[in-house]
Amino acid sequence: MSTDRERTQSSSSIEYFVAGCFGAAIAGAAGFAASYWMDLGIRYEGLSAAVALGALTLGLGVWANTTLERVDVVQEREPLGSTHDERRDVIEGFERGERRMQRRRLLAGMAGSSLVAAALAALFPLRSLGPRPDHELSRTAWRRGTRLVDDDGKPIRPDDLEVGTALTVYPEGVTDPAQRAAAQTVLIDLGAAATAASTRPDWAVDHCIAFSRVCTHAGCPVGVYQPETRQLMCPCHQSLFDVTDGAKPVFGPASRPLPHLPLGVDDDGNLVARGDFGEPVGPGFWNR
Amino acid sequence: MGRRTDDEGRPRRRRRTLSGRLVRGIDDRLGAASFTSKVLGKVFPDHFSFLFGEVVLYSFIVLVATGVYLSLFFDPSSHKVLYHGSYVPLQGQSMSAAYASAVDLSFDVRAGLLFRQVHHWAALVFMAAIVAHVARLFFTGAFRKPRDLNWYLGSTLLLLGLANGFAGYSLLDDLLSGTGLRIMWSVILSIPFVGPSLAFFAFGGAFPGEQIISRLFIVHVLIVPAAIAAIIGAHLAIVWRQKHTQFRGPRATEDNVVGSRLWPAYAARSIALLFGVATVLVLLGAFIQINPIWLYGPYDPTAATTAAQPDWYMGWLEGALRLMPPGHAVIFGVTIPNLFFPAVLLPGVSFVLLYAWPVIERRITKDRDCHNLLDRPRDRPWRTGLGAGVFTFYTVLFVAGGNDVLASELGLSVNAMVIALRVILIVLPVLVGLGVWKWCRDLRRADPPPDPETDAALERSDVPVTVGDDTS
Repeated sequence: MSTDRERTQSSSSIEYFVAGCFGAAIAGAAGFAASYWMDLGIRYEGLSAAVALGALTLGLGVWANTTLERVDVVQEREPLGSTHDERRDVIEGFERGERRMQRRRLLAGMAGSSLVAAALAALFPLRSLGPRPDHELSRTAWRRGTRLVDDDGKPIRPDDLEVGTALTVYPEGVTDPAQRAAAQTVLIDLGAAATAASTRPDWAVDHCIAFSRVCTHAGCPVGVYQPETRQLMCPCHQSLFDVTDGAKPVFGPASRPLPHLPLGVDDDGNLVARGDFGEPVGPGFWNR
Repeated sequence: MGRRTDDEGRPRRRRRTLSGRLVRGIDDRLGAASFTSKVLGKVFPDHFSFLFGEVVLYSFIVLVATGVYLSLFFDPSSHKVLYHGSYVPLQGQSMSAAYASAVDLSFDVRAGLLFRQVHHWAALVFMAAIVAHVARLFFTGAFRKPRDLNWYLGSTLLLLGLANGFAGYSLLDDLLSGTGLRIMWSVILSIPFVGPSLAFFAFGGAFPGEQIISRLFIVHVLIVPAAIAAIIGAHLAIVWRQKHTQFRGPRATEDNVVGSRLWPAYAARSIALLFGVATVLVLLGAFIQINPIWLYGPYDPTAATTAAQPDWYMGWLEGALRLMPPGHAVIFGVTIPNLFFPAVLLPGVSFVLLYAWPVIERRITKDRDCHNLLDRPRDRPWRTGLGAGVFTFYTVLFVAGGNDVLASELGLSVNAMVIALRVILIVLPVLVGLGVWKWCRDLRRADPPPDPETDAALERSDVPVTVGDDTS
């Protein structure tokens, strides 16, 4: 009998512990309510909620592992497949419907085709999701004579830039976010020596040269200019473009040069575009 | 305390338990007693690795609970608003209503930041638990017939989890997530023939458009979660019907299940795990900052980000994009951009192989039997070696997703890092695969699997066994 009593006693002390855990969970819940009510912030909210949930975890875990059954139970598995007779009954059940028809193949074929037709017809409204790509992928807002402006809309003269610096420019008067995103351009002052050494000196106007700022790999802004190497870097996937060699990619996954924006100077001495980029900007697509 | 007695000293009638009252009440109305008794007696095997799947389910519950709260405050709109909330550095800035409401959730909705951070952490744990679960199933051969069905459902769950995680963090329209969407646009664009049209349909026009946030929202909060819930339900129903697998043991054979009954031990442990998962997620959400969108600023398609990292489960794709050598294909005048190979082809092939694995292995082993006993990984050296190699491949890609951060930590140039990782990506999986294959063979030689003779001998020995009836 003594073993019985021991078991009763130990189990009841565990039950007190489990009850204590549930009590702590109530305290944690009250703490959460209080920290919400008093606006104590995320630390107190989270800590009190964790006390409530953690105490429940502990209580239930101890309960499960000490007072509930611990012996392994063995249960037989039945084979999953049904008996031959049961399968035959199912097949016959389906055939009951089939036998009543004279022209089974015709009916089944037409029923199937009509469902396919209905499903295909239901695809047509998906067309409303968006317009078909027109010229957005091949052209940007740059036109002959469009002035280059900075982020604040101010026109730029070639001597506004210091040698070795880059500036992000946009076509003047364009406000649409999609158009600005596609037309963003990086303007770089290479300085006299670098322009002379460049493989494309004719692209520069007063040592300034401009390229599309949309990476030809995945379309991120090519946002970092490294003046010591005269390379543009795209921070997304680390492609490097050599500005003195027609912005050809020299490292990373990018496979095409950044398109070049032909520059000119208008009568007021401001930088203007002499037309759009010579090719589609940004990432590639099948028929570019 | 003595026995309870009534006034005349007779033992008092035994009290009706809570369970008794509840069961009588329900059975009077539904007649569910016989079904329920089968349910309560259902036996589940115990092993720590069987818990990964439960962690998936419980993280999903936390995701739904926190997500519902967040959806009451989030405004999935691209309309520009001026921010006037309490986070001073952003005041007066123009931003989308989506971003503004996410910042409000972080600063001006009481407990909102806790829910946001717990939700994000729960998504990370949800995906990690799925991956751990898939690995467990693979290395123990749990995907073999009849459980190949559940392997297909689980693979779909992994795919949907990836999609919903991406949709979820893209909603907030901060600088990082907007850059992620920009890359996704380019990925869609790279698909031959249909890419440009698909991209315009998905975004409702040229990037960024004004539709994508509200469309992703309905995908993120309704379409994909409903599909995930349905798949989890079907997955569990199939586990129930087929009964759980188990490792070979003194009494565990192909034809039985050895473990705990659903009620009370297994259920209490499992509910404890639910609260345990919730506790960990709340602690992570409360004390470890995640996705501080107010520091990134609103999305601006002309703003560049540095050292940007996606959520961990997208890291392998990010790494694949970074390690891909330059170049594109032109076939019959059709350009296949560089991006297509790491961002469309690689995940496509990965998922096809994942789905097809039960069929592929069946072709190799010619084993078409049903299996209820799990393999120890060492018992199938070639499968374990292959799995280890594949796992290494994706881990190297994941590491490459942070190559710029890693390079600066190690004091290397990014270029050297990329070249080294390209080599490691090819070499290391082969080495790891061969090493693990050899290791398994050695382990198996030292500790061969028990043969059926020993099994029978063990079964004959008189170990106390409770036999549950198998009617469910």
